[in-house]
Amino acid sequence: MQVKGENYNVWFDKNNSAVNFNGALRLTGMQDYAPILQLLNEIAAGEPPNMVINLQDLEFLNSSGISMLSKFIIGMRKKKMVQMKILGSTNIPWQGKSLKNLQRLMPGLTLDLQ
Amino acid sequence: MIQIFGNFLDNLFTNENLEKAQVFGDFVERPQQDEHLTLGFSPSAIPIRKRWRNNGLSADYVANYLATFFPTKDNQAYSIEKLAEMKSAVSYIANELLENSMKYADQTALYPITLHTQLDDDKIRLFVDNSILPPQIENFQTFIKELMNSDPDELFIRKLEENAESENTESSGLGFLTMINDYSAKLAWKFDTVEQDSPVMTVTTMVELAV
Repeated sequence: MQVKGENYNVWFDKNNSAVNFNGALRLTGMQDYAPILQLLNEIAAGEPPNMVINLQDLEFLNSSGISMLSKFIIGMRKKKMVQMKILGSTNIPWQGKSLKNLQRLMPGLTLDLQ
Repeated sequence: MIQIFGNFLDNLFTNENLEKAQVFGDFVERPQQDEHLTLGFSPSAIPIRKRWRNNGLSADYVANYLATFFPTKDNQAYSIEKLAEMKSAVSYIANELLENSMKYADQTALYPITLHTQLDDDKIRLFVDNSILPPQIENFQTFIKELMNSDPDELFIRKLEENAESENTESSGLGFLTMINDYSAKLAWKFDTVEQDSPVMTVTTMVELAV
């Protein structure tokens, strides 16, 4: 499973149950983010015990993208059996600023900034 | 594509215009004559989808350009981390401002979108000026008033929750809320009317970042 564009790549790696984000995401709005949200929801629908969203190579995410991730995380509050983890990088400043909001939406989420 | 508007700033900030302008927040009326940079775009020239990629290019350019002039306290050079953090903040905010302006500008008005940046002693200010369709002004001002009368942190979480409930739509204003909550930015707006062949309603959004 993969969603790829000019400057970004989002794909699922079943070896570690991680959805990896790469590049810069500046899509125009929620509609354009729908394929990525769908990919996340498809993985979540299988109710894996652990699910990782790996953002360590995502250099940029606009507010529509933040909105899309928030929407996914809010939806995951209903799937209590799935342990969610967001993997980020301390070298990418936006992640230190904005990812903590996801944890506020879902206190059980593990936020790992490396 | 990218033009410098010499007279544009003079026109934008003349006292004559200010008298009829409607201001929200601590809008800084006159840019400093220090280092500044203005980019201009013609919203009707090519379709929004085609020009979308330029928002990111322009935002990154502005952030990189300004980095040379970032004011420093006590002339101490910034650490690499601090510089990266500031560039990232400017790039994020400039991109959001451009995205908004491209979405909300009146495509039929022959009025340019301009992104103007200026440096003050310990502040960076970004201004984006664009036309706006009259029916959208009320919605926008309602949001601004809600923002000014709310705890922005609480409002942000509430908007994210509301967003999650709706199908494929997003409440506007999340970009502004991230600027305030995640980047500690201060925002202000000026609504105005510019006399052209027919009057054009305009809005200037100002974002101030402390260094």
